[in-house]
Amino acid sequence: MSDLVWLIPMLPLVGSITLLLFGRRIGEPRSGWLATATVVTSFAATLGIYIDLLSRDEHHRRITSSLFTWVPAGDFSVDVGFLIDPLSLTMCLFITGVGALIHLYSIGYMHGDHNFSRFFAYLNLFTFSMLMLVLGDNLLLTFLGWEGVGACSYLLISFWFTEEKNASAGKKAFITNRIGDWGFMIAIFLTFFTFGSINYTEVLDTAASGQILESTATLIAVMLFIGAIGKSAQFPLYLWLPDAMAGPTPVSALIHAATMVTSGIYLLTRVNPILADAASWVPTMIAWVGVGTALFAATIAVAQNDIKKVLAYSTVSQLGYMFLAVGTGAYVAAIFHMVTHAFFKALLFLGSGSVIHGMNGDQDMRHYGGLRRFMPITSATFIVGWLAIAGVPPFSGFWSKDEILAFAWNESPVLWAFGLLTAVLTAFYMTRQVVLTFFGRYRFTDAQPEEIRAAWQARIEKATEVIADLANEIEKVQKEIEEARSQTETARTKLSEAQKAVNELIPNDDTESDPEALAAAVIEAEDQVLAADQKLHELENSLQLSEENRELAQKELEEIKDESETDSSVSNSILDDAPDTSKIQEYLPTEVKERIEHHPHESPWTMTLPLVILAGLATVAGLIQLPFSGTLKRLEHWLEPTLFGNEVHLHVETSTMWILAVVAIIGGLIGISIAIMTYQKKRIHYAIFEQPLLADAWTVDKKVSDFMGGPGIKGFKAVSSFDSRVIDGAVNGVARLIKWKSKSVQKIQNGFIRTYAALIGVGVVALLCWFLVRSNIL
Amino acid sequence: MSTALLASSTSSSFPVLPSLIIIPLIGALLVAVTSRQRPELLKLIAVITSVTTGAISIWLLSAFDSTPGSAEFQFGSQQQWLSDLGISWTFGIDGISLFLVVLTGVLFPLALLATNPEHSNRAWYGWLLVLEAGVMGVFVSLDLVMFFLCFEAVLVPMYFLIGRWGHDNRTYAATKFFLYTMAGSALMLVGILALAFLHAEATGGSITFDLVEIAEAQSLATTTARWVFLSFALGFAVKVPIFPLHTWLPDAHTEAPTAGSVILAGVLLKLGTYGFLRFGLYLFPEASHYFAPVFLTLGVIGILYGAVVATMQKDLKRLVAYSSVAHLGFIVLGTFALNTEGITGGLLQMINHGISTSALFLLVGMIYERTHTRQIQELGGLQRSAPLMAGIFTLVMLSSIGLPGLNGFVGEFLILLGVFNAHRWWAVVATIGVVLAALYLLWAYQRVFHGPTKEDKEAIRDLSLKEKLVLGPLVALIIFMGVYPRPVIERMEPAVDALIEHIETHVDEFHEPITQKGSSIGESNSSDHGAHE
Repeated sequence: MSDLVWLIPMLPLVGSITLLLFGRRIGEPRSGWLATATVVTSFAATLGIYIDLLSRDEHHRRITSSLFTWVPAGDFSVDVGFLIDPLSLTMCLFITGVGALIHLYSIGYMHGDHNFSRFFAYLNLFTFSMLMLVLGDNLLLTFLGWEGVGACSYLLISFWFTEEKNASAGKKAFITNRIGDWGFMIAIFLTFFTFGSINYTEVLDTAASGQILESTATLIAVMLFIGAIGKSAQFPLYLWLPDAMAGPTPVSALIHAATMVTSGIYLLTRVNPILADAASWVPTMIAWVGVGTALFAATIAVAQNDIKKVLAYSTVSQLGYMFLAVGTGAYVAAIFHMVTHAFFKALLFLGSGSVIHGMNGDQDMRHYGGLRRFMPITSATFIVGWLAIAGVPPFSGFWSKDEILAFAWNESPVLWAFGLLTAVLTAFYMTRQVVLTFFGRYRFTDAQPEEIRAAWQARIEKATEVIADLANEIEKVQKEIEEARSQTETARTKLSEAQKAVNELIPNDDTESDPEALAAAVIEAEDQVLAADQKLHELENSLQLSEENRELAQKELEEIKDESETDSSVSNSILDDAPDTSKIQEYLPTEVKERIEHHPHESPWTMTLPLVILAGLATVAGLIQLPFSGTLKRLEHWLEPTLFGNEVHLHVETSTMWILAVVAIIGGLIGISIAIMTYQKKRIHYAIFEQPLLADAWTVDKKVSDFMGGPGIKGFKAVSSFDSRVIDGAVNGVARLIKWKSKSVQKIQNGFIRTYAALIGVGVVALLCWFLVRSNIL
Repeated sequence: MSTALLASSTSSSFPVLPSLIIIPLIGALLVAVTSRQRPELLKLIAVITSVTTGAISIWLLSAFDSTPGSAEFQFGSQQQWLSDLGISWTFGIDGISLFLVVLTGVLFPLALLATNPEHSNRAWYGWLLVLEAGVMGVFVSLDLVMFFLCFEAVLVPMYFLIGRWGHDNRTYAATKFFLYTMAGSALMLVGILALAFLHAEATGGSITFDLVEIAEAQSLATTTARWVFLSFALGFAVKVPIFPLHTWLPDAHTEAPTAGSVILAGVLLKLGTYGFLRFGLYLFPEASHYFAPVFLTLGVIGILYGAVVATMQKDLKRLVAYSSVAHLGFIVLGTFALNTEGITGGLLQMINHGISTSALFLLVGMIYERTHTRQIQELGGLQRSAPLMAGIFTLVMLSSIGLPGLNGFVGEFLILLGVFNAHRWWAVVATIGVVLAALYLLWAYQRVFHGPTKEDKEAIRDLSLKEKLVLGPLVALIIFMGVYPRPVIERMEPAVDALIEHIETHVDEFHEPITQKGSSIGESNSSDHGAHE
């Protein structure tokens, strides 16, 4: 059976190659099923080997199987060979198991994507690389998997490449990882230099027998640690992981939570004899970096609003726990937590993917609320994941976290206190996430603050427009009044002329004129004057009315402005009560109406089935390592042969253990209670916790980007201009100098080089002819 | 001439190595005399002759005797030429030159097939074939004068290829290329003559330019040998090019037509690195060892410097050109590690760089054909309309970055491993170059292929069948050499071992740096072991 170990990585590889070559023809959804089938088969093969290994004696559970020699050069020779032992097999089991579930989930999640088959090709390629990483029987093959998963991670983060943000995130992940890989490569060189081999069996057996210098072991361990913090996103190389959330959510679940990011812990566990030989400050450093990162990332997770960002920082934090375990010599606890974390964090990520899927791609938790009514399976399974990560017994996370905390106590109470504080924060931010997403008021149809702001703006604009209209009208009326006045003037002049004519007629007694006609003219003129006066009067009335209206409108605008400034829903977060939009209802942007028409929905079975299975695993996974008796510590027995007796033995009394466990449970409950008080009961204002500095991730990322974009790029530019100005400038300077000097001796023709080149050409041909003749070839 | 070195190998009397030079030359002659009425024949002749040459080179691969210890030159042939002057037509290849011959044989037909000249077809094909003959001549010659003639003769066709078919600034670039490399190797001729005369004087024999004879005798005084070595090294350093003698390269690469860039990067740069191995280390083991720290340092500077300058390039082709400066830095580094891992890695890297960078230049050429620009900022979002091209670009890029499983990694890793064993700190610094390589290539890829499509650019078409056929073999080699480099390494190793043995024999107090192995293990006390518990 164990001869077939090569099948485990090979199946996903074949799947990947097939999909890369013929993916378009295979199409959706068949390429998804094909990819899933390869990983399921690979899981079955792993299971077969697991059973085979179980049937063996404990000391014969280490099998190597070599396919061919990969790089042979001088003393250096490395095979493509596999090492099967309890450690690598444990990794394989959950990589293929969780991997298969996530493949299945992706069939639903990636439905309708233009590059459906390419996605599965990459996912399969990733699974292959990850399996090579853990199965490789030497450091170089592990490095192959190590870089391979990095490349796949790059390809998958920037999968939706048309958005600049995703492309940048992919690049950032790869380059940050490469910084860590520098350490890994140096470690490989050092290992070969020290041991003359980089095969695990030889290196580890030699190291375990204590034959290497402490200084050498220290150097190798530190270099491997640098590699590990890159891949496993620990301080300060964690910066890429939150950005990596730009990838499709199944990718975040598989690569950036369950498998790839745990590689660093796997590597350090694998080389535990070297860590044991290293100076004692090395494990201490690992523990402190781990617990420091755990606390640091947990504080950031508290203030994130993007559902995936919370989980990303949570992952960084949980990985920190695993490093804490490795640093305190609790390798079993590290692997234990890795396994339980793989279950519950994959569950949480896939659950968040299901939520995002149901909410039209919106990732802001402030817009969710009350979703458990719409997504019963997603919410139920998510709640299981929450209980597991929050450390509520008997869910799996409790057991593994508790074991790590016990070992931390064993090492130093300060480490334990840090770990406990992280646990409290974890319970808090995860409860916050659950409450915001699944409980409380359904906020998706609420107008969001910026939308309310826009609506007020629209209303103010409308009122301003009314005022402007009125002003126009007033102007118009004023013009009309002018006109009417001049008309009145004209009418009066006419009247006085007519009256004058009548007056002149009487004394003259001129029979030529018609007195009746004159009288009629006077009457007409009188009428006209009357009409003009009336019109003027009317106009003046209307002007007054308009001016009054304008005053009113002005007042109303002031009122609206005041109201918009005092409307709390503009500045308030959506988390408070539903905003009162009655005054601006008709001004709200269309998005709000569209959202009202949208109905959140549960995801298809391909997505919910993995959730249910993972929820089951996240519940019971604690069973593999229960602290109550020696026989219940199954994982410890199973891993024992790979740990060379380097697993630290606890010097903590049973009573203390119980107290620690109870304290941890209480800590978790406190975190949960505070979050419920804040977000569900609203007794505490959330702004106390959601500090801007935390939301900004302590501004570390920003400062690093500023440095890269500022002094960093300036330095590069300086070197580049040094090249063109100084180095190339010197070359051209010499050329000019020669040209200038030689001009005084003889004119250099433009065709100089051409002639020269041609002469060489002729010479060559001549030599060739000679050659042909001499060697009797022609 | 130690004929024993040559006699053993081939059973056939067919002068197979000279044919590698003659066939392209015959092709060039045929191209020159082809009737004006039949222009379509030109490309056909060129392709047939270069494919034939390529086929012979591949046949060499299978006929090559790679049993361990078979370090002799194979397929040897020798013709007296100017016997009074000690100049002869001496040919032979070993594991060091074998794959460079094959690389040349493979790349020329691909470059010929991939591109068509914009004008003057006759001259184009003629010069390309002459160039192939010259390059082959460099790699198979075992006579110093022959070597030098071919080494210089290569400049002529390259000069015309850049100067006549290049881009806007071609005349400047061609002139610079020609004068720079010409000046670099001028001293080498003096060095060759001095070496031959001093050797004759020291041994009391007649004058000879036979490489093997001079190298095996090691008759020069130490100081003299160092001076002569420097005259050789200058010529090679320009050709490689080694920092700070590299500024002709970006100009020449950028201005050359696609086929020119492919040949320049794929093959011509290797003339320098090959020269260091064959005519530097072999002829002057002591001097090479003496000056090794200088070249190691320049190699490391080249790696970091090339990467940094590449990052800031605005022209995609120029960026690839500067990446060559970095890659060639690795090769120099491996060569002067003076151990099996380093030199084998360097040799592998010569082949890998030839494959990957040629593919990159072909791809850049294809992008240029479609968009008429090489400016990175004018490109964007190409992956949307040309997914296959983007996919192949990604693969080649990852190979150039040195991703394990692809060809670039094996060479780079062996180089760094070798250097680490010999000169730890150089390797520690040089490994930073691995990080920087990811930086400049990924950033360039993002700007060219990712992001939204530029508004004023229309969708480009994806790879044509012809382009797939040209890139196909390179992609296959990238994967094969990454997964199973063993057959290649095995054929190289006897020659590399012999070279190192040669150095060990002739340099006092020099031993191939070996791993600590037993030395530190066992010295340690187990007092700190298990300090945890």
